[in-house]
Amino acid sequence: MTTTGMATIFLWAGLEQGLGRLVDLGLNQLPPAWRSWALVVVLASAMLGVFASLFALSTLLERKGLGRIQNRLGPNRVGPYGLFQPVADGIKMLTKEDIVPRGADGVVHFLAPIVLFAPLTMAFAVLPYGRHWVPLNLDAGLLFFFAAGSASELAAFMAGWSSRNKYSLLGGMRAIAQMISFEMPLVVASLSVVMISGTISLAAIVERQEAWLWVFPKWNVFTPWGLAGFALFIVAAMAETNRSPFDLPEGESEIIGGFMTEYSGFKYAVFFMGEYFGMFAVSGLAVTLFLGGWNAPLSFLPASFLWFFAKLMTLVLVFIWVRGTLPRVRADQLMNLAWKYLFPMSLLNLFNAGLWHYTAAWQMPGGLAVRWIVCFAVIAVPCMVLARTMMSRHQWAPRVYQYGN
Amino acid sequence: MFGKGIIKGFIETARNFAGSYHDPARLVTIQYPEEKRALPENSRNFPFLVFDGNDPIKGLRCVSCKICEKECPPQCIYIVNERDERGKPLKHPKVFDIDISVCMSCQICVEVCPFDSIKMDQAYELSATDRFKKLILSKKDLSKSNEYYHQLHPTEADAVDAILDAERKQHEAKTSMLPYGTPPTMS
Repeated sequence: MTTTGMATIFLWAGLEQGLGRLVDLGLNQLPPAWRSWALVVVLASAMLGVFASLFALSTLLERKGLGRIQNRLGPNRVGPYGLFQPVADGIKMLTKEDIVPRGADGVVHFLAPIVLFAPLTMAFAVLPYGRHWVPLNLDAGLLFFFAAGSASELAAFMAGWSSRNKYSLLGGMRAIAQMISFEMPLVVASLSVVMISGTISLAAIVERQEAWLWVFPKWNVFTPWGLAGFALFIVAAMAETNRSPFDLPEGESEIIGGFMTEYSGFKYAVFFMGEYFGMFAVSGLAVTLFLGGWNAPLSFLPASFLWFFAKLMTLVLVFIWVRGTLPRVRADQLMNLAWKYLFPMSLLNLFNAGLWHYTAAWQMPGGLAVRWIVCFAVIAVPCMVLARTMMSRHQWAPRVYQYGN
Repeated sequence: MFGKGIIKGFIETARNFAGSYHDPARLVTIQYPEEKRALPENSRNFPFLVFDGNDPIKGLRCVSCKICEKECPPQCIYIVNERDERGKPLKHPKVFDIDISVCMSCQICVEVCPFDSIKMDQAYELSATDRFKKLILSKKDLSKSNEYYHQLHPTEADAVDAILDAERKQHEAKTSMLPYGTPPTMS
């Protein structure tokens, strides 16, 4: 393959192989019985280390970016350009007193952050970071991802219920309602990829996207169903990870901190980190499903895990941009969006993916362009119509009483 | 078109993001300890005592009449008269304390003072680790020169000086007409 041939030219592709060789070299020193366990330890610590530093980086990027969006400088006191701000934040979090309310259910209160955090790190295990770079290459990787990811709903409810605080409970209930509602469009939007790829192995889904139209990649996002699916997926993912504009479960201005109200110190830090890890996980899945995973954006560039992380951080930046732009939606708007808009649209997108698949073999005048336009119209026209009908205002009329008049 | 508002919003925030890097006029915040915003002339927080000339003890305008102490709504002013060796009260304070942790910056002391001796300060960096020592300002902390007052509130200070000058001239004219030994009266 040309890409692997050119990989050696580029230093950073060499890095990928070099890292692999290094791990191999280290593992070969060990007795054979230990090797698989040692590999697990190496992979797990590497993943935790990478994502923890990405977490630190993105908190900084978020604070700086939001500051700039609001015409402020953002944190600039700790270190050059405020680069060590995450370190200061971390030390602050870790040295704070851990307060558990007297009325709280201690065990559940303690377990909630762990239940949030552990499954998310499990979800990281099935993402393909590079070619042959899947820590846990499951045949049903996508299924495993959603199964692990949905545990965060339980964690939110555990936190909300065990805190014995009305704001926590409200936040927990909002979180449950929101996450369950948006799980549907999230899963159905990714099902369109499964339909086209014919597999739920994430590594195989990425390999299916390794095709080129001249120098341009044939990622799923460059198809009508993929574009719509990506948009639906991202909106649902924002809601699923409680990111603004869907941050109702936290809603600082309404219910203090939602289900995190009664958490402080390290437990709060774990919740906070879990939130960002959730964002990384769904962004990573979006990259895998729609943006070609570790594939290069142009055919003559080598494939590398760096592309994966570049795409992931781009999505995180988009999330930050969205947070800086959109105000929080109301609870009823949120539910309307999930059930009346995203869910029907994602179902329609399944049909659209089928249409795209079956029209591939047809001999048509205009070929690809006509197929593109038709498939795009299939999703765009109902999208507009649905949005129009949802936007149409209620006609207000004087209230009529049954008996009072 | 549907979604137009959202796109407009995204463009606006992107413009803010990029603009804040090359256009310092956009930045709404200042870097506080290094940069300070000039205070408006009428800003005020806590009272101080004005003295004329160079000596903060002799030049103090305060005659220890205790009107401000009595009028102060939160009662944060504490004054003790200076007395001579026979116990006769003199016309200047021995102790003049203001507890700025209690003071509510109402300026009533300034309004009632017949001698224009107590005025409002603008110093705001007053945080202290000991509220019983650092936040109770003594006569020494409170005494500030008339020049300082002119720096803070130029217009107001000019008006006060004009009034004081006029009063002094009137007083001099009166005392020069009166026979020797008549005690001076303050109008």
